[in-house]
Amino acid sequence: MGKQATRITVNGKPHARVVEARLTLADFLRHELGLTGTHLGCEHGVCGACTVLVDGRSARSCLIFAMQANGCEVITVEGLTPDRGLSVLQQAFMDNHGLQCGFCTPGMLITLTELLRDNADPTEQEVREALTGNLCRCTGYAGIVKAALDAAQRLRNGSGA
Amino acid sequence: MGAKHFGARVKRLEDPALLAGRGRFVDDVKLPGVLHACFVRTPHAHAMVRGIDGGAAMVMPGVHAVLTADDLPDPMRRTPIPMLTPNPAIAVARTQTVLARDEVNYVGQPVAVVIADSRYIAEDAAAALIVNYDELDAVADCRIGVQDGAPRAHSDLQSNVIARFPLAYGDVDAAFAGAAHVFEDMLWQHRGGGMALETRAVLASHDPASDALTVWSGTQTPHLGRGMLADLLDRNVETIRMIAPDVGGGFGPKAIFYPEEAVIPAAALKIGRPVKWIEDRREHFLCATQERDQYWSMAIAVDADGKILGLRGKMLHDSGAFVPWGIIMPYIAAVTVPGPYVVPAYRLETVVVLTNKVPTTPVRGAGRPQAVFAMERLLDRVARELSLDRAEVRRRNFIQPEQMPYAVGLLFRDGKPLIYDSGDYPKGQQAALTLANYESFRERQRAALDQGRLIGIGIGNYVEGTGLGPFEGVTVRVLQNGKVAVATGATNQGQGIRTTLSQIVAEQVGCRIDDIVMTVGDTGAIAQGVGAFASRQAVNAGCSAQIAGQTVRSQLIALAARALGVNEGDVDLEDGQAVATTGNKPTIPFDELARLAQGIPGVSLPAGQTAGLEHTAYYTPSQAAYCSGTHVAEVEVDHMTGGVKVLNYTVAHDSGRVINPLIVDGQVQGGVAHGIGNALLEWMQYDANAQPLTTTFADYLLPMATDVPTCAIAHVETVNPLNPLGVKGAGEGGTIPAPAAIISAIEDALSPFNVHFAETPLTPERIVAALRAAGAYERLFAA
Repeated sequence: MGKQATRITVNGKPHARVVEARLTLADFLRHELGLTGTHLGCEHGVCGACTVLVDGRSARSCLIFAMQANGCEVITVEGLTPDRGLSVLQQAFMDNHGLQCGFCTPGMLITLTELLRDNADPTEQEVREALTGNLCRCTGYAGIVKAALDAAQRLRNGSGA
Repeated sequence: MGAKHFGARVKRLEDPALLAGRGRFVDDVKLPGVLHACFVRTPHAHAMVRGIDGGAAMVMPGVHAVLTADDLPDPMRRTPIPMLTPNPAIAVARTQTVLARDEVNYVGQPVAVVIADSRYIAEDAAAALIVNYDELDAVADCRIGVQDGAPRAHSDLQSNVIARFPLAYGDVDAAFAGAAHVFEDMLWQHRGGGMALETRAVLASHDPASDALTVWSGTQTPHLGRGMLADLLDRNVETIRMIAPDVGGGFGPKAIFYPEEAVIPAAALKIGRPVKWIEDRREHFLCATQERDQYWSMAIAVDADGKILGLRGKMLHDSGAFVPWGIIMPYIAAVTVPGPYVVPAYRLETVVVLTNKVPTTPVRGAGRPQAVFAMERLLDRVARELSLDRAEVRRRNFIQPEQMPYAVGLLFRDGKPLIYDSGDYPKGQQAALTLANYESFRERQRAALDQGRLIGIGIGNYVEGTGLGPFEGVTVRVLQNGKVAVATGATNQGQGIRTTLSQIVAEQVGCRIDDIVMTVGDTGAIAQGVGAFASRQAVNAGCSAQIAGQTVRSQLIALAARALGVNEGDVDLEDGQAVATTGNKPTIPFDELARLAQGIPGVSLPAGQTAGLEHTAYYTPSQAAYCSGTHVAEVEVDHMTGGVKVLNYTVAHDSGRVINPLIVDGQVQGGVAHGIGNALLEWMQYDANAQPLTTTFADYLLPMATDVPTCAIAHVETVNPLNPLGVKGAGEGGTIPAPAAIISAIEDALSPFNVHFAETPLTPERIVAALRAAGAYERLFAA
């Protein structure tokens, strides 16, 4: 099986590994780097649990080989988390019951991080459309949508959590 | 007194770790030397296994073992998985062996397992393994399977009918003979899946030094699983610890014990290294149990005013290839039909049929959505035929609150008479109708029609037996650092049980909620447990937490009174310390009390003092707790495309006293989303040879954020008089009446075309087909 030297910066930290060509980025993050916050729910690119930011754009880490991310900057849920406490978006999820089992949550947080970066004042419909690439079986989405709108407002107000 | 927790909107203690990416799901557990498994599964729905050649797979680099049934230990090599839910109506309690030996009975049934250095290598090797099969005719549809001369799902059985049970009370024939009106309908609900976002997962590790076998499983029922595994390995149950760590959703299918939960521990024992198996989504579609395929043929007899005189009918239940959970689902369905209504006479003949599809076991709702769909569709029919408002027909038939407790006349699945403990169904419906602005809907509908938009409204009512026994346990123990350890056999797949139980214990014991150290879903933490199903944990574990908490409270007060030299009546507990309310109000913190309670080595304890500050309670409910509710759905239908949009969704529900409204609302909202999926999207399809056709999320559609509106929710609390907390379950009510309400709303939206629906999921093509058959498009284009 072909192997390739791969350099990926994850959450600001550079990693250089020789990886099998077929190793997915998701498995690289989870099993090579031990960043198990990124979850795999379908491995066919629909559920969105494995969503990470690759060079600032949301992407399915189950559909990318690690070597394809050579030279890229990757952000995972661990990279969204402050050293102490929770980010504004994470806190909004907690305050608005935006998670139940928590399995889809890392992907939700990544998708919404991208949305709120690009659109500081989204409508509810815009939030819902942004989330169509992320499935949640527990919450019925209400708490997630509310959390996103709440976080957007807190960020616009410049307040912390 | 510390913060009031019971009934408060307490934020979840589970959340910070999960939000930070520090959850601990099975695949997050890293063990040194772990190997990875891939199962080899039959591609045929029904076949005889003629031979397995693992030679090519075995010699691949990185492969450690290829195991077939013969390589497994006794008794699991030959003995089928135990069936925990017997019923005398079951003719043959057929369950599967963990690896198929001779005959395979559904696509995906495991026949071998490959263990390798990585999952990637294990999959390569599994693909290189050769299994020879002789294909047999398969039963894909229970309606065919029940017929004489149909192919048999199991070659050694003479009939596919595995159970047949009549349920009846009252004089049904007289009710129908004297009825002003009799209406008949055929109803069908699809087969779908639980589709938790985390697939199933098993990791096993054996420590030869202590002979301890530790199994991590993404299960709803670790204590039950441990017992099954002990039987299948012929092993002392005390040497097995099963842990359900963070579990990414359950919804029913993770409540049963699966072959992989036996094979992976057996492999770890045989190879002497930890072994992990993580199900992929395709396997989940093939092998995780499913639910709902039932065909109902029903008749309702009513008087001239639309009051129910009797119900009768037949129901055919597709059990799939085995009966791992007995006939629980069809039984629950059969006894749920009368619901919140006075039904003087009832007779249902249920026939349970084996097919060559993955077994059906409870999925959120467990037979109840089908029963409610049948009942509510019939009442809509009555309303239509008698030109009555749908809410009014229901109003005329409700059991009244003063009739509580109400004996329906049947036995429930808990083995006890079906007696509703409490409830106010008229009030519940009215609360939902008011919140949904039902009275003004016709105006809204006319206004929409003027704009060329078709909107409709529908109602669904239900009563659900929740909180089933036999028991759940909670241990409360004050630790020597002053924190309070709580352990329970209840499990967490997102329901927030840690938060709920912490609220109860913190209030009883008088500690800070953050000072509770909770262990859920670990057989090492509490001797006995049952697990999550039947919306049972708030009732069973909640009441155990209350009882254990009260006992430890008494122990704390007695010890503190002695230590502080005051009367027990003059001691309060708050924020982790005991406070005397008299004198100069001395205090003593829990850590000191915990050390006192340990005594001095060699010295007798004072009379009356027990060892430590600790109690374990196993609450055993006397019967089910009957929750209820009303759903009102408002939808818009695009008559050209058949597309349905759920515009507004209202729920009034009664789950007794609400422990945490944040969590209960979340359960309701999530349940409704599942119900919307059932009503409109989710359909596990098979071809005529029982080959699954929908095995990705691109083929089997789950509701997305744009499909599920934020529900308006009203709590109608009638206190359950039968348990110390006054609670009823809340996990499944969101799903149960949703298909009935949504299909009713679609029919209402399309009322200009007089089309009727009796099945779910109601997909766009079915709606268009019905409109076409009704001549809708000719009328539209002529106009």
